[in-house]
Amino acid sequence: MAEFTLPKNSKVVEGQRYKAPAGATRVQEFRVYRWNPDDEKNPHVDIYEIDLDACGPMVLDALIKIKNEVDSTLTFRRSCREGICGSCAMNIDGTNTLACLKPIEAVKGPVKINPLPHMAVVKDLVPDLTQAYAQYRSIEPWLQSETPPPPDGERLQSVEERAKLDGMWECILCFCCTTSCPSYWWNGDRYLGPAVLLAAYRWIADSRDEHTGDRLDALEDPFKLYRCHTIMNCTETCPKGLNPAKAIGEIKKLMVQRQG
Amino acid sequence: MAQNEKLSVTMRRTPLGRVKGLGSAKSGVHHWWAERVTSVALIPLTLWFVFSVLSMAGHPQADIVHWVSHPLVAVLLIALIVASFHHTQLGLQMVLEDYVHEEGQRLIWLMVMRAIVWLLGLAAVLSVLKLAI
Repeated sequence: MAEFTLPKNSKVVEGQRYKAPAGATRVQEFRVYRWNPDDEKNPHVDIYEIDLDACGPMVLDALIKIKNEVDSTLTFRRSCREGICGSCAMNIDGTNTLACLKPIEAVKGPVKINPLPHMAVVKDLVPDLTQAYAQYRSIEPWLQSETPPPPDGERLQSVEERAKLDGMWECILCFCCTTSCPSYWWNGDRYLGPAVLLAAYRWIADSRDEHTGDRLDALEDPFKLYRCHTIMNCTETCPKGLNPAKAIGEIKKLMVQRQG
Repeated sequence: MAQNEKLSVTMRRTPLGRVKGLGSAKSGVHHWWAERVTSVALIPLTLWFVFSVLSMAGHPQADIVHWVSHPLVAVLLIALIVASFHHTQLGLQMVLEDYVHEEGQRLIWLMVMRAIVWLLGLAAVLSVLKLAI
């Protein structure tokens, strides 16, 4: 049942300290979680001292600077560096967010950087998202309709119908919300989690989709949907300012509504 | 050991197969809705009960028995008991489902919990009936 301590080889220990270069004017400490599957060592926290006067403003800038100039073994995902790809999702200063959108200045004291919580770690700051992606696939995130599109063009929506998708299409699937959810931590193998439920509601709310009932059928489950206890960590942490908790609430309302 | 064996069997399925699992149980709506309905019902019932008991503090037992024996009071008390214990059962079921992951254990805990809640609820209803009838 419940385990209250980490297994011996999972305990996070102290790592190395990389001193700031001589003459550094504004030194900031970055405490970064490190784990390498190829050695037998425990996960450890390395401390990098970075001169902020020689570094870009965001946490991702610091990580890239570390990788380029201090320690090339540091492993993390990143791509667009402007909050649209969702690759650099990680836990910074205790909150899941995108490293590229998180200003270093917003953190008081040392900047603590960990991988997204409660996911298997591939290496350092790279979490294994296989399960989360499979869950996304399982809700069939594409338009499903029996009626063929009009021969002369695309499927039309009114302005009001289109407006219902606002706050959902913006999701970049970084899984900051899903990995911040205690229900997902305890039951992630069966609970779909906020990111995937937001995506599910995006298709349920789409006026062009004709499989709304099938989509609700697939979610009507004590674990897939109803593990959500409205904890709201998802909404609190979303780096894009979206509200997965509200989307889940809307799904629950529709479930009741179709009972009669 | 048993857990490791289970893990190695599970890992051979594709991620999508694992995630889809046994499919949707097509239930959970009534549980969720009953939680909301009982909690809303409990607001006036609990306020009424607490207010009534406070206003009778210090009264002799005979007064309390007389109060309970009024049909309206007895019905409201039974409603309060049913709503409370039903709500308790629904909430504890959620807790067990959240934290007890081994299926056999979960089933046993759920049955034990429901038995206790049912017996306590029935005892409370009987107490009201004994005074009221």
